[in-house]
Amino acid sequence: MNIENNVIANKEPLVRITKRAGISNYKAWAIRLIAVVFSLVVCALVIVAITGENPINVYLGIIAGAVGKTRRFWVTIRETMILLVIAIGLTPAFKMKFWNIGAEGQLLMGGLATAAMMIYFGDTLPNWLLLVLIFAVSSLAGIIWAVIPAFFKAYFNTNETLFTLMLNYVAIQIINFCIVYWENPAGSNTVGIINSTTQNGWLPKIFGLTYGWNVIIVLTITLIMFIYMKYGKHGYEIAVVGESHNTARYAGIDVKKVIIRTMILSGAICGLAGAIIVSGGSHTISISTGGGRGFTAIIVAWMSKFNPWAMIIVSAFLVFMQQGSIQIATQYGLNANASDIITGIILFFLIGCEFFINYKMEFHKKKREVQ
Amino acid sequence: MRNCVQQFRKMHVGGFFVKQENAIELMNVTKRFGEVIANDNVSLSVSKGEILSILGENGSGKTTLMNILSGIYFPDEGQIFVNGREVTIRSPKDSFALGIGMIHQHFKLVGVLTAAENIILGLPGKELLKMNQITAEIDQLTKKYGFDLNPSQKIYNMSVSQKQTVEIVKVLYRGADILILDEPTAVLTPQETKKLFDVLRNMRKAGKSIIIITHKLNEVLELSDRVTVLRKGKYVGTINTAEATVNSLAEMMVGAKVSLDIDRTDPVKLQKRLEVLGITSKNEEGLTVLKEVSFHASGGEILGIAGIAGSGQKDLLESIAGLQTIESGEILYYSPEGNTEKISDMKAADIRDLHISLAFVPEDRLGMGLVGSMDLIDNMMLRSYKNGKYFYTDRKKPKDLALAVVDKLDVDTPGVDTLVRKLSGGNVQKVLLGREIASSPTVLMVAYPVRGLDINSSYTIYNLLNEQKEKGVAVICVGEDLDVLLELCDRILVLAGGKVAGIVDARKSAKEELGLMMMGSGKGGHTNEH
Repeated sequence: MNIENNVIANKEPLVRITKRAGISNYKAWAIRLIAVVFSLVVCALVIVAITGENPINVYLGIIAGAVGKTRRFWVTIRETMILLVIAIGLTPAFKMKFWNIGAEGQLLMGGLATAAMMIYFGDTLPNWLLLVLIFAVSSLAGIIWAVIPAFFKAYFNTNETLFTLMLNYVAIQIINFCIVYWENPAGSNTVGIINSTTQNGWLPKIFGLTYGWNVIIVLTITLIMFIYMKYGKHGYEIAVVGESHNTARYAGIDVKKVIIRTMILSGAICGLAGAIIVSGGSHTISISTGGGRGFTAIIVAWMSKFNPWAMIIVSAFLVFMQQGSIQIATQYGLNANASDIITGIILFFLIGCEFFINYKMEFHKKKREVQ
Repeated sequence: MRNCVQQFRKMHVGGFFVKQENAIELMNVTKRFGEVIANDNVSLSVSKGEILSILGENGSGKTTLMNILSGIYFPDEGQIFVNGREVTIRSPKDSFALGIGMIHQHFKLVGVLTAAENIILGLPGKELLKMNQITAEIDQLTKKYGFDLNPSQKIYNMSVSQKQTVEIVKVLYRGADILILDEPTAVLTPQETKKLFDVLRNMRKAGKSIIIITHKLNEVLELSDRVTVLRKGKYVGTINTAEATVNSLAEMMVGAKVSLDIDRTDPVKLQKRLEVLGITSKNEEGLTVLKEVSFHASGGEILGIAGIAGSGQKDLLESIAGLQTIESGEILYYSPEGNTEKISDMKAADIRDLHISLAFVPEDRLGMGLVGSMDLIDNMMLRSYKNGKYFYTDRKKPKDLALAVVDKLDVDTPGVDTLVRKLSGGNVQKVLLGREIASSPTVLMVAYPVRGLDINSSYTIYNLLNEQKEKGVAVICVGEDLDVLLELCDRILVLAGGKVAGIVDARKSAKEELGLMMMGSGKGGHTNEH
């Protein structure tokens, strides 16, 4: 049985991929920074290929679009806050390894509840009471949309990914239905700006800032969630359940209870995000009220490794690029998808660079000849 | 190059066995994983018709080295020679073509197929499968080496030892001349081990080269011709087994003199703590895993639980700890204050809320006992996180506890804020055991407490268990090494197929007796009730 003669010393593989034992924070962030730079270069190349403009001008256009005027600057802040609060809302669910991809639906339901409150109680209730009611009802709507899949997950171990995803479409259809009822003006197939003259149910100005309340509410939620997750017993339970249900049972944690309780929290924040969008920004409701931010926030949460402070930076950067590319799209006569392309390129690099943070490549060094 | 090999051989083997040609020779093999050097300049050789033991503690790089030979890892440096020719092994396929066959600790067999089907699985064959001819070939092989195997038996009907036989025959059928066995006796009873060794000796006679990876010193002495010792990835030396003793091997393995005695005291002031009355339970698939199990455990003694892997040990401990529901039967707890609590319908949280201090070190350390992605401090509070004030967790006490455990049990960690999953197996176990003992339990249940631990740590753990026993704790210890159970415990309960095969006095029983009971063929043993 001398088959071994058939195997002559094979060549070593050219590239070997090995897992890194560990990487310093400094190095990891350096890799991410390089990825950002690369993504900007590729974005520039794409834009130049489409518009034929000088890339420097294009980037100046992006900056001008995002923060060039006071109004644009505050729109960027407003959008950042919305993306941030959704990501914060998703954090406890993801920490528990409950793959909630239904934030879009949860925030749409929150937004729908807000619009309903504004339409039906806008003329009868004082503004402060109406706002309190809006927050309560929008949270409740988000909770309902989140607790349904949580209940089925806890008691029947259904797949939460499919369940939450499908509920997004249900939410969209409900909104379509309501738009028919609330159409204003008739035949426009939109709800229009709600209470545009009375501004009832709109988040008021604070310190003379239009979006002041948005910032205060979102940063407060961020801080509370940070403490809840890091120092609270609930946060600890969520982390244990996320690691292993067996460990949780061993520790005497009621896994079902934690799943449902955490999704109530997650859904409430996402529902609240809907209220902040409608009451604190758009003042209308449509199926594009979510604008895919329920999905973008998933990426924000993961890229930040669930660190709330990193989430602020990541969401600010993404929104900055989005707002900027909306500007250059109009400037150079491109359609709205240009901003999606830019966001896509940036995300590709940012997510792709995680590979280089976790693994390193070893290239084949020429070995000395034997014999 | 050849000269160099010859010189090397003389140098390392010291002139023994030089006449025989080396089937395998590793020269200065180094393998790194990031910063960790798993194998640092390791050299070894096996001749034709020789059994070589590779001895080393967990984490000494034995398995990495064998994975290099079987093509799973690629070495960073060093050369490999097979039958005197230098080779590069890039994949398990290459390794097989060189006639190297590896029998892994975890079997890779298809349960619904027969032994013969598993043996030919993946082999190129003719369009028409002639099962009769294949069966005849397999029979011929098994007869030659003295295996006990029915080729048409389905795998799911087989015992662990039979499955292992299939794995061995599988590599032989494919023409392997060099067999590597990774901890082959870990799952076998003493009788099965003896049978395996007989077969291995027959194979040696037929000119096969065999490498067995082990950390059991007795087996090294019993079976192998030579033994190569590794310590922390480094090559320590190779000696002839005839010149070695248990103590000299242990010393080579650890690098310092070790005492291999367990200081067992006689139980005093026995107090009945736990009584299990006829419990029966089923697993998720609805199969009965425990049948009418009855026994008691007393404070001041160590009750050992022996049995072939999967005989219901896990289910028994989890039922007591309130992690599994039982179909019938009762579990009673007698508190030191004289109260009797029926804990069989309670969940883990209820038992904790009653202030019954039932410590439990489960078999699955990172899947149940600890949270790998948390640091030592957070893991210390896993079972007591509710003690914090109001809404917050208290991290001060767990931190003190973590520091105390690290200090007392000599845990090798950069700090108490290191993630538990980054620790080695032995240190993980120390953290878990340290936490459970710190809860000053009245009942302490441990499953395989020294699995994966080095000798010194193992003896630290045995002493800790003895310490608990002397404090009056009822210790229940599930173990796999019968020698140790016989030395450590006061009584041993043997489980076979979910039933109690017998409860024996550890001071008066022999290993073989336990082995027979484990296989369910014992006469029930003599029950020894206090």
